[in-house]
Amino acid sequence: MSVRPVLLRGGRVIDPSRGLDEVADLLLADGQVAAVGRDLGRPDDAEEVDVAGRVVAPGLVDLHTHLREPGGEHMETIATGAMAAVAGGFTAVCAMPNTDPAMDNEGVVGFVRRQAERAALARVYPIGAISLGQRGEQLAEFGEMVAAGAVAVSDDGRPVMSSHLMRTALEYASAFGIPVADHCEDLTLAQGGAMHEGEVSARLGLPGIPAAAEEIMVARDILLAELTGGHVHLCHMSTRGSVELIRRAKDKGIRVTAEACPHHFSLTCERCEGYDTNAKMNPPLREAEDRDAIRRALADGTIDVIATDHAPHHYDAKEREFPDAPNGIIGLETALALALTHLVHAGLLPLRDLVLRMSTLPARLFHLPGGTLAAGSPGDVVVFDPDVEWVVDPSRFFSKSRNTPYTGTTLRGRAELTLVGGRVVYRRAGP
Amino acid sequence: MAGALGKDLTGLRHLSAEQLRLVLDTAEPFKEVSERAIKKVPALRGKTVVNLFFEASTRTRISFEFAEKRLSADTVNVASSGSSVSKGETLVDTARNLEAMRIDMVVIRHPSSGAAEFLARRIRSNVVNAGDGTNEHPTQGLLDMLTLRDRLGDLAGKRVAICGDVLHSRVARSNIWGLTRLGAEVAVCGPPTLLPTRVESMGVRVFHRIEEAIGWADALNVLRLQLERMQAGFIPSLREYNRVWGVTAERLDRAPKPLVIMHPGPMNRGVEIDSDVADGPHSVILPQVTNGVAVRMAVLYLLAGGGPDWSDAGGEER
Repeated sequence: MSVRPVLLRGGRVIDPSRGLDEVADLLLADGQVAAVGRDLGRPDDAEEVDVAGRVVAPGLVDLHTHLREPGGEHMETIATGAMAAVAGGFTAVCAMPNTDPAMDNEGVVGFVRRQAERAALARVYPIGAISLGQRGEQLAEFGEMVAAGAVAVSDDGRPVMSSHLMRTALEYASAFGIPVADHCEDLTLAQGGAMHEGEVSARLGLPGIPAAAEEIMVARDILLAELTGGHVHLCHMSTRGSVELIRRAKDKGIRVTAEACPHHFSLTCERCEGYDTNAKMNPPLREAEDRDAIRRALADGTIDVIATDHAPHHYDAKEREFPDAPNGIIGLETALALALTHLVHAGLLPLRDLVLRMSTLPARLFHLPGGTLAAGSPGDVVVFDPDVEWVVDPSRFFSKSRNTPYTGTTLRGRAELTLVGGRVVYRRAGP
Repeated sequence: MAGALGKDLTGLRHLSAEQLRLVLDTAEPFKEVSERAIKKVPALRGKTVVNLFFEASTRTRISFEFAEKRLSADTVNVASSGSSVSKGETLVDTARNLEAMRIDMVVIRHPSSGAAEFLARRIRSNVVNAGDGTNEHPTQGLLDMLTLRDRLGDLAGKRVAICGDVLHSRVARSNIWGLTRLGAEVAVCGPPTLLPTRVESMGVRVFHRIEEAIGWADALNVLRLQLERMQAGFIPSLREYNRVWGVTAERLDRAPKPLVIMHPGPMNRGVEIDSDVADGPHSVILPQVTNGVAVRMAVLYLLAGGGPDWSDAGGEER
């Protein structure tokens, strides 16, 4: 199927993979990046789009998305999640395996790939389970899952409590060149906690999850990465202690990479006041010092990438008593704006580093195509207005779920045009 | 209808000193109603109150029921077992169905912290929290304060030590918020495993030795030690708990002055409190129970929109 060429005229083209940040034109043809340069000629059949004043960047890549299909289609489907992704500027998302049935075999991995191809929106890269049924007992078949399209393994949401299993996973995964992504939480310490343990949990009478529950497993994973030489990727880092541990590990040259989520650099556990279940997630919202440490870690590169942990939940599941509500919020359609608002416009992160942490590095860490505008690379591109102010209104989201704590919040910056494989898959309509 | 307390009583944390004093002052004349031969005033005649209990409760439920009946309200008790609640209906649906039958107030006991506030924001009826998870038990806090005021007078500057399992105690939180708001000094005392992290941020002093608390306080509020805390590993044994943190006559004898002894019940005699203390001359454990009815009458009456001159309104039936 041939795709009409697209010429993006006069935008600020940012491509950290090549150190590029200049006003230029970008031509996409045959599904690929054809050329970047000034005053490019328009091929006869090309659509020309004036993107002056906008940023043109390689499409955003999310390493941590819950698409809920199969099993949770009332919350999200691969098609609705992929639409939410492109509306948020993401051209590729990595789908976590905590589906029902769990994505722990090549059959489910293949199903997710096929559903994504059918939707033909964002690219969807499956993350296989580490253990069968995510039960933390027996290794899943990494080799077959990788052959079917899995790009990493994780038991996300179900922490790998057995250090032996984690060691084995790191060793075994290295044969296939894939990272092991871990949800770091010592369940024996977190036991039933509903929010961050501290002053606010004391006030609200809610059981707490101490920061140490995360940090213990961060430390363990770092030690196991050192032992095995495997690549451990630490999901959704939330505490200042974790940042410190990662910094020391990187100084020692251990193969550890890490991600942080927009809610952890934009909100604190004070948001749990009033028992708003949209402030309930795992890891929980932490303290202001933690939020600030996450921001600094993204600025200095201790934390490599921004990931959404997009976790759709049905209204009915969130509309209930706080301790009984499920964890998580949706994030695909607010992540770019939250990063722009709280990091770039706050003066902590240059725009080119935002593209680095949301596109270039995520693609590089999980060995995905994309994340670059080099000629011949996939035509996965986002055009965004970095300055426009807008008010979050979840009723306008493409995600099937509405569970966000940002309703009514004014944010700056938003995707306007998203192309996957050189084809326009999202064009923002209306104000 | 919203009176001086607002629509609901979900906790003491957000009440002002004036509101707390209003409840305590309103409770004073209600004490006398329960001493009459005919224990009834018509203050809530025609009002319907539902006692919605998602946790087992004997004392609190009966105390509320007496309070409602002595105010002439019509009352219905709904317990979680044997109702639609056990068929998977949500809390809000249960309450809205009750509301569709035109009720005026819901008294709710629920195992989840925040459940009373959650419900209060979603229904029109007045909501009274009868205990939500480990958050608050505001009428218990108020009856404790009323009992303390009976014995000690003005609470400002008085020292109250809350002893035991503060971590899992809604009674402790309501006591801390209410007492500190009225100017009392509050301490918590117990094994560190049973005190919330950063509890001192709530404006309380922390003692780990019961002897220190006894030496400091004017009154002790001794919390029930849930027996399952031992299985959960918070303490090694009930025997050791009694030996280290038990409120015993021997320990109280060494105090510089007699202490007022409170307990929200039900007691584990020989664990957190010894019988000679519980039944001793300084125990106000049964007066607490008596005051509980008066305080709950005051809360229901105020939430229904009543003013301080309730006795005028109910005059003709005396």
